[in-house]
Amino acid sequence: MTSAQQVATPVATAGTPRRRGRPGEPRRVAYLYILPAVLVFALFILYPLIRTAQFSLYEWNGLGASTWVGLSNYQAVFTEPQLRGAFVHALVLIVFYAVIPVTLGLLLAATMSRAVLRGLGFFRVVLFLPQVIPMVVVAIAWRQIYEPQGPLNDVLRFVGLDSLARPWLGDYTWALPSVGIVGTWVGTGLCLVLFLAGMARIPRELYEAARLDGAGPLREFFSITLPSVRGELAVALTLTVIAALKTFDLVYVMTSGGPGTETTVPSYQVYNNAFLLGRVGTATALAIVLTAVVFAMTVVINRVGERGQR
Amino acid sequence: MISRGERLANYAILVLFAVIAIFPVLLILSTALSNDQIGGGGSFHFENFADAWDQGQFGSYMRTSVIVAILVVGLSTLISVLAGYAFGTMSFRGSEVIFYLILLGIMVPAEALVVALYFDLREIGLTNTLVAIVMPQVAQSTAFGTFWMRAYFRTSSREVVEAARLDGAGHWRTLWQVLVPMGRPAVTTMVVLVFMWTWNEFLIPLIMATSENLRTAPLGLAFFQGQYTSGTALLAAGATLVALPVVVVYLFLQRHFIRGMVEGAVK
Repeated sequence: MTSAQQVATPVATAGTPRRRGRPGEPRRVAYLYILPAVLVFALFILYPLIRTAQFSLYEWNGLGASTWVGLSNYQAVFTEPQLRGAFVHALVLIVFYAVIPVTLGLLLAATMSRAVLRGLGFFRVVLFLPQVIPMVVVAIAWRQIYEPQGPLNDVLRFVGLDSLARPWLGDYTWALPSVGIVGTWVGTGLCLVLFLAGMARIPRELYEAARLDGAGPLREFFSITLPSVRGELAVALTLTVIAALKTFDLVYVMTSGGPGTETTVPSYQVYNNAFLLGRVGTATALAIVLTAVVFAMTVVINRVGERGQR
Repeated sequence: MISRGERLANYAILVLFAVIAIFPVLLILSTALSNDQIGGGGSFHFENFADAWDQGQFGSYMRTSVIVAILVVGLSTLISVLAGYAFGTMSFRGSEVIFYLILLGIMVPAEALVVALYFDLREIGLTNTLVAIVMPQVAQSTAFGTFWMRAYFRTSSREVVEAARLDGAGHWRTLWQVLVPMGRPAVTTMVVLVFMWTWNEFLIPLIMATSENLRTAPLGLAFFQGQYTSGTALLAAGATLVALPVVVVYLFLQRHFIRGMVEGAVK
């Protein structure tokens, strides 16, 4: 997005002519304006982040004395099956939260934007709705859907697939995909709306020209539609991948990580280790690893998104 | 041009997805209006909402949420406008570095802050206070808000600022009497996004509010679910109450929501 392009421009040094869009002459008073932001940032983001990194090098139960253990908490994150498992689950969730919604959204939007559809405003509002509902409410609604006597099993029995009916969230194989489907439900509308908006901006003439050149729908999609929505694609992927990595409320309310540890995710393990198991060091090491993963994903996605936009 | 058949198919797909999107919402609503007790008559049980409000203590949870939302939205908007103005219209030593440092705050997940923050705040006796629930959220929203407002102030035309200055307006007056009124749409978008994030936030209040009287609405709902497994109608009524404010705001200001998510959200 715009941010990276702005990084590229060097800091204006004294003597260089002022760039457009920068009305201000050098002003000392600026420091007063940014002071509250810097203060809040330093106290409630920077300092806790540094403390988290520091905590992650100790073994501490939250009450007594702490012991320096070096990097062994990080070693635990990568070797303990339950902790490593949480990251594996997060990867599975990325498929449900990001890959499926983005693919589905792209295909649907491409089909639909071949002509102007009426009432798109209405559909946009409805399809976007899952994004704004508190996750706790979403979790409660979907728990009800997955109940042994819930609507999902009712439908399966109604169409004669009785053998498929099961207590979804209590099933060792199906619990994680069941949680994932909720992510698909939340994200698909967002992706579809984003891509429809992006595709609405593509000039019609491009398609006409392509058709005159004998391009089929597939060719059209890959050489016109897809490159034109690169920016939206990056935004959609960033939002959905981060949402998948940070899943907490959904798991907390729907399964508490169970059955067994089949649906634990990194942020649930952070909470679990810090406040239920009394392993503050492990929890903070996990949090640092999670942060690193979020950073890396964001950077990679936006790099890819920006390529070709220049 | 596309064929009639294709057009119909498109509408069918849109309707299908709309139905899927809205089904869980309708399910909760209909459960909230259903009858929990065996043998009760009538079809719509609006008293479930009153019962949830009293028995489920949703009145108290909603009050906490409203206070938290007002504080977070108010404080972070004010701080973001001030910082965005400086970053967007003034040049000063270190501005780029400080800005990108703050921007990193958008990406830091709450998980990486709350554990250490909890123990440090406990040390000075601040856990289980509004400060502990509000300030971390103010910080995260300010990171986004500063980014958002800087983008607006940069695009606000140089001529306007210079004209205001020629008229003798200082930087303070230029900000509040010229740029902020002109930037109402940008500010509104930021306010509705921050409101939604704050209202729906779960992890921070879960960790910071250890006593019941500081529970926010989503948190109260989660605990209510844990305690009363049988009262499905009351639980659904509570869920409806918790979702209502943000859904109502969304329906009125949906343009701002969608635009904000499309343009600025890296959160």
